[in-house]
Amino acid sequence: MEKMIALTIDGVSVEVPSGTTVLEAARKAGVHIPTLCYLKDINAIGACRMCVVDTGARALQAACVLPATDGMVVKTNTPAIRKYRKTLLELVLSAHDKKCLTCVRSQNCELQRLCRELGVEDGEAFAGVTNKYAIDDVSPSIVRDNNKCILCRRCVAACASVQKVGVIGPVMRGFKTAIESPWGLKLNDMACINCGQCITACPVGALHEKDDTAKVWAALADPTKHVVVQPAPAVRAALGEEFGLPMGTSVTGKMASALRRLGFDKVFDTDFAADLTIVEEANELVERVQNGGVLPMITSCSPGWIKFCETYYPDFIPNLSSCKSPHEMLGAMAKSYYAKKAGIDPKDIVVVSVMPCTAKKFEAARPELGHDGMADVDIVITTRELARMIKEAGINFNALPDGEFDSLMGESTGAGVIFGATGGVMEAALRTAYETLTGKPLEPVDFKPVRGTEGIKEATVKIGDLDVSVAVCSSTGKAAEVLDAVRAGEKKYTFIEVMACPGGCVNGGGQPIVDSDTRAAVDVRAVRASALYKEDAAKALRRSHVNPEIQALYADYLDKPGSHLAHELLHTHYTRREKYTD
Amino acid sequence: MSEMESKYAELRQIIEAHKDWPGALMPVLQGAQELFGCVPEDVQKIIAEGLGVTLAEVYGVATFYAQFSLQPKGEHVISVCLGTACYVKGSQGVLDKLSELLEIPVGATTPDGKFTLQATRCLGACGLAPVMTIDSEVYGRLTPDQVPAILEKYRKEA
Repeated sequence: MEKMIALTIDGVSVEVPSGTTVLEAARKAGVHIPTLCYLKDINAIGACRMCVVDTGARALQAACVLPATDGMVVKTNTPAIRKYRKTLLELVLSAHDKKCLTCVRSQNCELQRLCRELGVEDGEAFAGVTNKYAIDDVSPSIVRDNNKCILCRRCVAACASVQKVGVIGPVMRGFKTAIESPWGLKLNDMACINCGQCITACPVGALHEKDDTAKVWAALADPTKHVVVQPAPAVRAALGEEFGLPMGTSVTGKMASALRRLGFDKVFDTDFAADLTIVEEANELVERVQNGGVLPMITSCSPGWIKFCETYYPDFIPNLSSCKSPHEMLGAMAKSYYAKKAGIDPKDIVVVSVMPCTAKKFEAARPELGHDGMADVDIVITTRELARMIKEAGINFNALPDGEFDSLMGESTGAGVIFGATGGVMEAALRTAYETLTGKPLEPVDFKPVRGTEGIKEATVKIGDLDVSVAVCSSTGKAAEVLDAVRAGEKKYTFIEVMACPGGCVNGGGQPIVDSDTRAAVDVRAVRASALYKEDAAKALRRSHVNPEIQALYADYLDKPGSHLAHELLHTHYTRREKYTD
Repeated sequence: MSEMESKYAELRQIIEAHKDWPGALMPVLQGAQELFGCVPEDVQKIIAEGLGVTLAEVYGVATFYAQFSLQPKGEHVISVCLGTACYVKGSQGVLDKLSELLEIPVGATTPDGKFTLQATRCLGACGLAPVMTIDSEVYGRLTPDQVPAILEKYRKEA
C-alpha cells in the first residue's frame, strides 16, 4: 500500500501519497497555484518559478518539482510570493513581443491570463534591449515565432520526450538563449514529423499552425471552382470547445451546417472515407495473413507517424499498409468517382480537408498522393482554422440546427467514427477482418481491450483458428518502444495501429488548445474520445463494410476491395527519408 | 589512414568508452573539442548517433558551455574577462581595442587563423583587474593603450 502523508496548504489539510508534488497536493486541496512552464506528465522542471511557494525554507521553492513531506506547512499566497510572481511576469514581458491584439492565441494565452489574474500593470517595467528573431514559416505545418517564446521548454519536452523526435532545443545561454534547431536551421530542414504537439504544448503564440484559411476563402469565392469539404472524425469531438461548449460535446450536425453556410458546394465526411480505408485495409491484412505477406502490418492513416517511420524506422516501411489515409482516399474519390457521377471536370474540383492535424498539411503536398497531375487534397485546414473561419463569417455556431452530410460520400458507420481515438482503427479493422475471415460478425462489436488512453495496448483476438495478436500505440515515442521490441524479436504481432499523437487524433496537433490547468485536471484524450464512442454506439450500422454508400462505390466504380482501380486510386507507397539534410 | 580518418576513429573510441555513462555527452564533447580543436557539424552528428541522443541536444550543450567552439579556434586564444571586477575597471575598453586592431568581432577568429578573440566570465584574478589571458599567459592591470604592444609580440613570433 502507498504510504500517505499529511500536509497543510494555505490552512487546508490534505492527505496525499508519498512522492506527490506540492503542486499536485495543492490541486487536491483545492488550492490553485499558477504555473507557466509546467505541463502535466510532459514538463515539470521548475524553470519559470511561477509556482513558487513558502514552506518556511530559506527561499521560495517551485511547487511543481517539490515533493510534499509529512507535516509540511505550505503558503501559496503571501505578499512576498505575489510580488515575486508579478516581477517574474514583468521580466517575461520585457522580452516578449506583446502584439496581443492580433495574436492567434489572444484570449487563449496562458501568459496573457496570468498577467491579468496576477494584476500586472506595467508591461514595460523592465523595458530594454530585446532579441529579434526571424519568423520560421517555411514548414507547411508549423510556424515558429521566437519573438513570443518565453523559454518554458514545453515544446521541447513534447518533441523530445513524448514524440522522441527532438528537432528543437535550447541553444546558447543567458540572454541569448533561444529554442531552435541546431545551426539555426528551419524546422522544415530538420526531421520534424509535423505532428504539431509542440503547438498544443505552447502556452503562448510562439508556435502555431500554418494558416491556410485564405486559400479556402479564395476557393470559395471563385465561381469556376467546385469546392468540396470533408471533416475528419476527431474534428466533431472538439470543434465545440472553440465555441465554449463543454469538452466532449459532439457537434457533428452543427459542423455540417456550418460548413454548408460557409459556402462549400458539397459537404462530404471523412468518416465515410474511414469506412473505405477499413474495407481496403482489412482486405490487405487478410491478404497478407493468407499469402505470407510482410507482418506485422502497421496502419498508415497518421501522417506524423508515416514520416516518423520513413525517417527513424525505415526498415519498417514494408510493414506499412499501402492504404492512403482516409481524407486522401476521399480526395481521390472526389476527383474521380464523384466527378464522373456529377459530371464535373475534376480539374475544377477543390478538395478541402478539415483535420485535427498539422501533419495532414504536409501529407497533402506529397507528390505521390495525386493523380493526373492533380493532388488528391488541395487544402488542409485544422480544427482551429475552421473555428476561425466560422467566427470570421459571423456564424452563430451554437444556434445552428443539426445538418446532414451530402450523399454519395456522407454516410458512415460507427467504425468510421472511432478512427479519431487511439485504438479506433484497430477496432474498426477487426470488426471487418473478423467477418471477412470467418463469415460471421465479431461479437460483441465493441472490442474494448484496445480502448483507453494508455500509450501502448496489446490484445489477442481469436479469428477462426487463428490467434491474432495486435498492438495499439499512440505517440511516436510509444511507437518507437513497440518497434524496438519487434525489431529485437521480443514481441510478435500480426497488426499494429500507430497514431502519432498521444491519445490519437482527438488530441492532434490541430485541435483546440487546452490550457495547462485544464490538462492537469482532466484527461483531454479520454473526454474527447468518449464523444466518438458515444456516437459509434448510437449508430445503426457499426461495421464499415455494411455502409451502403461504400457498397455502392464498389458496385458502381471500384469493383472490389484491392481491385486494380482501388490500388491505383486508394493506395500509395513510402520513401526512406534522411534524418539530417546536408 | 589519413589524419582526419584517425581522428574520427579516435572519436568513435571516446564515444564507445562513455556510451553507457549517465551524462556521457559532456565528456564526449570535451574529448571531441580536444581532438578536433572544435566541435563542427559532422562531429556533432557522429556524437548524436553514437550516444543515441538528438542533434538538438548535442548542439544545445555545445553552445551552452564556453569551452566548446563550433569553428576552429586560432593559434592564439585571447580571452578578456568581463566579470564584475574587470568590467568596472574598464575591461570593455580593452576588448574594444582588441576588436579594432584585429578587425574581428568578439567571438571570431582572424582570417589568417592567428587569433581568436573572446569574452569570458570571471577568471578568478580580480586583484589584477582588468585581466585578459592569451593562451595560458595572464595579463593584468591592463589599459587599452598597452594592447598594441602585446599583440605585436605574438605577431612577431611566427
